[in-house]
Amino acid sequence: MHDDDRPPAFPLTRRDTLRAGSAVAAASVLPPLSSAAASTQSMPLEPGATTTITTVVNGEPITIAVDTRASLLDVLRERLALTGAKKGCDHGQCGACTVHVDGRRVAACLTLAAKVDGREVTTIEGLGEEAALHPMQQAFIDHDALQCGYCTPGQIMAAVACVREGNATSRERIRDAMSGNICRCGAYVGIVAAIEDAAAKMGQG
Amino acid sequence: MRAITYTRPATAQAAITAFAQAGEGARYIAGGTTLYDLMKLGIETPAHLVDVSAIEGLGSIDTGGDVLRFGGMATMADVARDRVVMERYPLLAEALGKAASQQLRNMATVGGNLLQRTRCLYFRNGASGLYPCNKREPGSGCAAIGGLDRGQALLGQSDACTAVSPGDWPVALVALDASVEVEGPDGTRTMPVADLYRMPGDTPHLEFTLRPGEIITAVMVPATAAGRRSTYHKVRDRESYAFALASAAVALEMDGETVREARIALGGVATVPWRARAAEALINGAPLTRERALATGHAAFADARPGRHNAFKIQLGAEVVADAVMIAAGRAS
Repeated sequence: MHDDDRPPAFPLTRRDTLRAGSAVAAASVLPPLSSAAASTQSMPLEPGATTTITTVVNGEPITIAVDTRASLLDVLRERLALTGAKKGCDHGQCGACTVHVDGRRVAACLTLAAKVDGREVTTIEGLGEEAALHPMQQAFIDHDALQCGYCTPGQIMAAVACVREGNATSRERIRDAMSGNICRCGAYVGIVAAIEDAAAKMGQG
Repeated sequence: MRAITYTRPATAQAAITAFAQAGEGARYIAGGTTLYDLMKLGIETPAHLVDVSAIEGLGSIDTGGDVLRFGGMATMADVARDRVVMERYPLLAEALGKAASQQLRNMATVGGNLLQRTRCLYFRNGASGLYPCNKREPGSGCAAIGGLDRGQALLGQSDACTAVSPGDWPVALVALDASVEVEGPDGTRTMPVADLYRMPGDTPHLEFTLRPGEIITAVMVPATAAGRRSTYHKVRDRESYAFALASAAVALEMDGETVREARIALGGVATVPWRARAAEALINGAPLTRERALATGHAAFADARPGRHNAFKIQLGAEVVADAVMIAAGRAS
């Protein structure tokens, strides 16, 4: 390596690096999280075209006109008042927006809402009920698998899919299969324990 | 974000027609994990999206014949868990399984992934307007050269661009001499996956050799016994869900303890998926030892031209190749 003393021609700040979402300078622990606010503030919307989609959300058939640019995440949160799925990075890097489309986990922030026309969407709101929680929801409570809770809906939706995929057969495998969901509080030990526990109760551990 | 129109045709012909009719600003979208991301960053600014993900028949996977055929719209997740791919082509399953997260692998397609754009942070810093990038704005300059270049290429870069080709799947495909079937306004053609990619040269904004209106309808891998003795070895800043610092796709045919034919390709270090032919030549016909494997790894980086912060990848990359060779050789044929 031949580091010289000249400053780089175009110095990057940490903030720029994070916004760019590249692993280059953003240390080695977490994938960098882009700032949703920064990108939306700097990219004003023009009035756009709409497209009408027919979909089933949490078992309920819905027909709705959406902006062709809208993400599934924004439609769920802003139009359908389903605020369980969270906007963390808005670039598919953090997993807070994880929902199921036709039974498979996806990043709702990188899914064009137009794409779920004719498909079924399940969010955390459709997973269980307050009186009858899904085993994964109960396991997250039992294992203290959260601190602030912001990432939890995405963690739980990813975790349910992880079990159904057959990826919850060991701690190692769970950790790998859950790597798309970041918890900045660092509740990972509890999350892995909760998934192991729930997997057994779901009959697929 | 710029306003867009959106259509989702059911056939390739309808998509090609829709693309032509949309004119300027038309783009195909498949899984959208790259394109929509870059639209949010203001770097991709399509006016018309033609969604090719619902084209009938393009999600099929056929691993039964002399050629493995993956429909261009098959998801990375589905191909990664195909039984034949898992058992007979571990480098393919590993390249897919070590890419992105399960959420993204459920969305992204094996055709679209070949066209993933670079993660160069200066390229992705489009909306700020602070940093020039010849890929984003031809002729504006390259801020990565002399800048924070830890993630930039050591192989294949030019004075205009050092951006790394980010994919894993294309690297494994190049090692196996895979090809793509492409359908466009002028009909159907096939070409090696390696020929999809352009070296940056003076025109880094021209990344792929697809012509306007062309769709990748299938990825085809010639069946080979070398698939079993193979691996995709990927070293990153963390063990899962990160882009490669250095990776190697290796497939071996052995005669006892001697390497008859090696296929070696590199990821994370070059401007295109990088076939390391000089390294292959060094190990072909040689008795397999860790020492020889490491010499092979060093041969793969003989032409490396590091920048300020990425010279560590020469040693790292050589070790990654050596480890990959030993892992592949250790697998039952």
